[in-house]
Amino acid sequence: MAEYKGIAVYCEVKDEKMLPIAAEGLGIGRKLADELGQELAAVLVGSNAGNLAQQAIAHGADRAYVVDDPLLKDCQTDAYVSVMEKVIGQITPQVLIMGQTDSGRDLAPRLAFRLGVTVTMDCVDLAIDSESKRLLQTKPVYGGNAQAVFTSESNPQMVTIRTKAMTALEPDASRKGDITSIAADLQASDIRTKILDKVVEEVAGIKIEDAEVVVAGGRGIGSAEGFQQLEELAKMLKGAVGASRPPCDNGWLPDTLQVGLTGKIIAPELYFAIAISGSSQHMSGCSGSKTIIAINKDAEANIFRQARFGVVGDWKKVLPAFNEKVKELLAS
Amino acid sequence: MNIVVCVKQVIDPESPPSIFKIDAATNKAEMRGVPPVIDPYGEFAVEAALKVKEAKGGKITVISLGVKLSREVVKKPLAMGADELILLDDEAYVRGDSWSTATALAAAIQKIGEYDLILCGREASDTNAGQTGPGIAEILGLPCVTIARKIDVTDGSARIERVTSDGYDVIEVPIPAVITVSNEIGEPRYPTIKGIMTAKKIEPVIWKPADISLDASKVGTAGQRTRLKKLFQPVYEGKCEFAEGDSAEEAAANLALKLRESKIL
Ligand SMILES: Cc1cc2nc3c(=O)[nH]c(=O)nc-3n(C[C@H](O)[C@H](O)[C@H](O)COP(=O)(O)OP(=O)(O)OC[C@H]3O[C@@H](n4cnc5c(N)ncnc54)[C@H](O)[C@@H]3O)c2cc1C
Ligand SMILES: Nc1ncnc2c1ncn2[C@@H]1O[C@H](COP(=O)(O)O)[C@@H](O)[C@H]1O
Repeated sequence: MAEYKGIAVYCEVKDEKMLPIAAEGLGIGRKLADELGQELAAVLVGSNAGNLAQQAIAHGADRAYVVDDPLLKDCQTDAYVSVMEKVIGQITPQVLIMGQTDSGRDLAPRLAFRLGVTVTMDCVDLAIDSESKRLLQTKPVYGGNAQAVFTSESNPQMVTIRTKAMTALEPDASRKGDITSIAADLQASDIRTKILDKVVEEVAGIKIEDAEVVVAGGRGIGSAEGFQQLEELAKMLKGAVGASRPPCDNGWLPDTLQVGLTGKIIAPELYFAIAISGSSQHMSGCSGSKTIIAINKDAEANIFRQARFGVVGDWKKVLPAFNEKVKELLAS
Repeated sequence: MNIVVCVKQVIDPESPPSIFKIDAATNKAEMRGVPPVIDPYGEFAVEAALKVKEAKGGKITVISLGVKLSREVVKKPLAMGADELILLDDEAYVRGDSWSTATALAAAIQKIGEYDLILCGREASDTNAGQTGPGIAEILGLPCVTIARKIDVTDGSARIERVTSDGYDVIEVPIPAVITVSNEIGEPRYPTIKGIMTAKKIEPVIWKPADISLDASKVGTAGQRTRLKKLFQPVYEGKCEFAEGDSAEEAAANLALKLRESKIL
């Protein structure tokens, strides 16, 4: 049996660019590798992925493995699983870190089962157990009501990491490392799925992931019109509008604005939660915000357990008056 | 069209976080005083199956794996309109991980034999993993599409809209295939009185590990490839500062002033 050694980070490539989560994976991967006194390898898969190897090394990798093939242009999981199976068979890492992204959610569990292991999805903390030297994989469970620490019985110990949960290193362009290319050996017929279309639902204004201020509303807003007042506040503060799940499910706002465990995970400076009860699943997406401000008519609402400032009251009365005062203060 | 849907019994994820408790001795979580429910995303998967059945006809078989499952809970998909219920309900299945769960579900699906679609939830509300569906697909050698918001079945293939962070992809996949379902599929229907009556009369089929040709070492704790070392509740130092006032308007103005004072505005 092969000896499993070293840490590998799957550096996701999209539109011929390395995603930020890849650098976050390399950041934590570097730390774990140093602790174990082992190497950190970056794995890049895609079409024209080769150009990105040096970037992965600058972010902390000791070496990079590249699989570059035109058939890998779109992330078709069938193709990626078979490529990754081959790569992992060749480099036999003890730990494999991937990102909890659109494609990571699909690829990681498929790859894990192909390799005969499980993957701990959506980890927010990774550490090495001082005794066993195994990876301690911490992830939220029960929608964020609890956290669990898992260990894997076999190798590679696979995890995906949550966006923004780990810190990337400052890139150092002078870092050097070996770059190995691996052939994909794919046949077009290996890919059983076909992507017919990719639909992007553009939202006007600042993207919610990038906004410093997010004004989010919940079920209690009651209608699409209700969100116009949230829009007004967002505009004044140069922020974006977001929502808990019910407004998206009800079609008041596009699904892409949902904040939470199964929506966007964001960490703005300022997060307004208006008529949102603060379910653990929703808080999973916004508890990284610097300051949370809640408006809710229920003084017992869970949101007040995590908010820094709050008003107990009907948002229909509170918000217009608040907007008015903010306008006045910003003008003075 | 033969559709298999995997549905899990879980503690109620929609209960307020304040009643969520962990028993430190057993590492078990509970929603104090609230009965269990079927996993919400499993329920969305049942809804997806019913939509396909409406369009194409066919039979929906629901499988649930657990220990001492509440008949009232696991019969809900039948009351919604599913046709058959298979329970992998035995002490041997206790505390499985994704590996042992997917292994047993795949073995049961193989025993069912005829299937065109296998539907799971995008992630269970307790594990928040999203591993079981793709795991079943790998074990059975089937293609898989995750996080579906729409499923259209045509001759020999399914056209699926897969939710992405900025919209959705339209994907075509040959069937049989495994599909995991997201809430964007649409609100699960309520059971009708007639549905509830029909469900009462349907006896679930119960399969022990031996019935699905699995050795006891492959299921439950014995079949795990992941170990739970610790389960804990994160603590929040709740110190919310409330803005007060004689009226809602005054409280609102005071909130704005507080934010200005704290240099947040
Ligand atoms: C596995 C899983 C994943 C999930 N993922 C997500 C996710 O990513 N994001 C998400 O948001 N949810 C998610 N959910 C759903 C989540 O459990 C809750 O159902 C949801 O967050 C509730 O949204 P809400 O707070 O807007 O609604 P509710 O819980 O119904 O709360 C509405 C609040 O509005 C207040 N209110 C009503 N009227 C007024 C008024 N006039 N003025 C002031 N306050 C008022 C009420 O007091 C109440 O607190 C998920 C669930 C599961 C099981
Ligand atoms: N014990 C179980 N019985 C039946 N279905 C399950 C079970 N565990 C998981 N599933 C299915 O797999 C989905 C994802 O679960 P998970 O991989 O744990 O997040 C759930 O929504 C169910 O559809």
